[in-house]
Amino acid sequence: MNDSIAIELRNVVKRFGDVVAVDHVNLQIRDGEFFSLLGPSGCGKTSTLRMIAGFELPTAGSILIHGREMGITPPHLRPVNTVFQSYALFPHMTVAQNIAFGLEMKKTPKAEIAQRVKEALDLVRLSGLEERRPRQLSGGQQQRVALARALVNHPEVLLLDEPLGALDQKLRKEMQLELKSLQARVGITFVFVTHDQEEALTMSDRIAVMNKGKVLQVGTPTEIYERPNCRFVADFIGETNFIDGLVIGRDGNYTVIETPDGLRFRGLATRPLSDGTAVTYSIRPEKVRLLAANGEVPIDGLAGTVLTVNYIGSDTRITVRINDRRTIDVWEQNTRSTLDRDEYWQPGEPAVVVCPPDNALVLSE
Amino acid sequence: MAMLQQQQQRRDRIRLMLLLTPGLLWLVLFFALPLVIIVIYSFMTNDALGRVVYQPTLDNYITIFTQSLYINAYWRSIWTSVLTTVICLLLGYPLALFIARSPQQWRMPLLMLILIPFWTNFLVRIYAWQIILANNGLLNGLLEFIGIGRLSLINNEGATLIGLIYGELPFMVLPLYAAIDRFDFTLMEAAADLGASRVQAFLRIMLPMTMPGVVAGSVLVFIPTLGQFVVSELLGGAKVDYLGNLIQRLFLRANPINWPLGSAMAVLMMIVLLVLIMLYFRATTEEER
Repeated sequence: MNDSIAIELRNVVKRFGDVVAVDHVNLQIRDGEFFSLLGPSGCGKTSTLRMIAGFELPTAGSILIHGREMGITPPHLRPVNTVFQSYALFPHMTVAQNIAFGLEMKKTPKAEIAQRVKEALDLVRLSGLEERRPRQLSGGQQQRVALARALVNHPEVLLLDEPLGALDQKLRKEMQLELKSLQARVGITFVFVTHDQEEALTMSDRIAVMNKGKVLQVGTPTEIYERPNCRFVADFIGETNFIDGLVIGRDGNYTVIETPDGLRFRGLATRPLSDGTAVTYSIRPEKVRLLAANGEVPIDGLAGTVLTVNYIGSDTRITVRINDRRTIDVWEQNTRSTLDRDEYWQPGEPAVVVCPPDNALVLSE
Repeated sequence: MAMLQQQQQRRDRIRLMLLLTPGLLWLVLFFALPLVIIVIYSFMTNDALGRVVYQPTLDNYITIFTQSLYINAYWRSIWTSVLTTVICLLLGYPLALFIARSPQQWRMPLLMLILIPFWTNFLVRIYAWQIILANNGLLNGLLEFIGIGRLSLINNEGATLIGLIYGELPFMVLPLYAAIDRFDFTLMEAAADLGASRVQAFLRIMLPMTMPGVVAGSVLVFIPTLGQFVVSELLGGAKVDYLGNLIQRLFLRANPINWPLGSAMAVLMMIVLLVLIMLYFRATTEEER
């Protein structure tokens, strides 16, 4: 029994009729961690969260919170609180009454309730709005009330179900940072459900990427982004160039693959692969380098022609055509503020793409 | 500019008047005027032949307050209406909740089932209840068949109550359904998440938020029940007097008929209703605060 594990899921399965929503999930969420469940809609992340909260019971497997088996413990007896996607504030109560609700249910003394409600409001910077009704608040303010209402109970774990989904882009970014710093201050374990990979990368200590009810990879944001363990994770997080081929051998640390059109690439494999295995080679566009053609093609390089050049402010996104059937995307950071775009890549210009093997991955299904 | 605006406003006012006139005329002619007549009658004297004599008096009201026949009819009707309303609420709330929580495609058919009885005349349906409850009726046949033996199920106050609840239940269920259907059940999960048991969550969250439906349903059940006379006559066997029965008798069948006394009873009934409903509104909206 490890004391630093806040939540443990052991072989958790959830079926709704014939649909398997959560398929043998094993997770260990550490104390004080900001942990994200990331995946597309329908991947089972919300069902997983709802099972931890107790709104749904697992079809099989067990959930432990700080080592205690939850079994069929109903939600109101679990040491966790939830921030709902829709906030679920009680419309007939004031902000203060909303926040006090959990403490009242625990029969906390009146004076202590008043004190803790005040502290919670300070924590989310909403002091002065005690007597407002939820409908008189903006989306961001409602979000903060929902947070305060959950945190005031000092839960062992805070569960957040896409809490930023209803906010506009700018507010969302602000709240991401605020949530992160709030979590650091209160030191409570956060389990955060989101389908937004950027959000997960920004906020999380660790991320579990889910698809079709299964956890595919658990790791830090860097691990998930730099070393995805399968094609789905590489595709879902960020953008990447995928190239299908067969393993033809090894070269030192690298695995060498060949494509049907005769191109060869070197990359890192997450596990040993025998020759002839069908694999997907993946390299992120910002890791690819683009060189002017001078007649020589270096190792890991491919000669091609610039197809399109898209300037998007921070980056320029260039698509290079290698042959009739294949293009490779390259993102170059705009480190110089040149207004003279004529000096830059032009469509039709010959160029060489270089794919450094240390930044490329060979993924098998 | 200001001139144009004034002109526009005047035209709007005329249009509003034209639209409102038919309705207002109707209300004045068929609601306000009869009401005034009833109030006036209630202060008049009745002669030996049952004719209204225009001689102002308070005798009618004094009679009501001093003779137990009348006072008891008020108490009995109020008590029966309260009982009917409470039982309809206790039966109707789970029913409305069940319909509101049913899968989408089932809700309309279930609501239709609640409404289907309205396709048949109320009197006919009450006669049907006579057939069910009669001493040699369907229910007693069943009771005898399963060995319990025949019971006296009709011509008593219990039968009246059954008939009233049967007739009024849809008026409770429909507004409750509307209120529960609007209710966001995520709030129940939120309450449970914050440590509320199911009962606490219901009392603190769901009940206050569906209170408009409870109030509307209760008022819709209580008002017609207080003045009813058909059910107590056909199922209750007219053994005891309810308000409606007395008023009906005084207007139509007493010997001699007594419109002034009947009017006084009707006016008092209206006052009782107003007071009770105001108290009820105050009590239920306080809860929401």
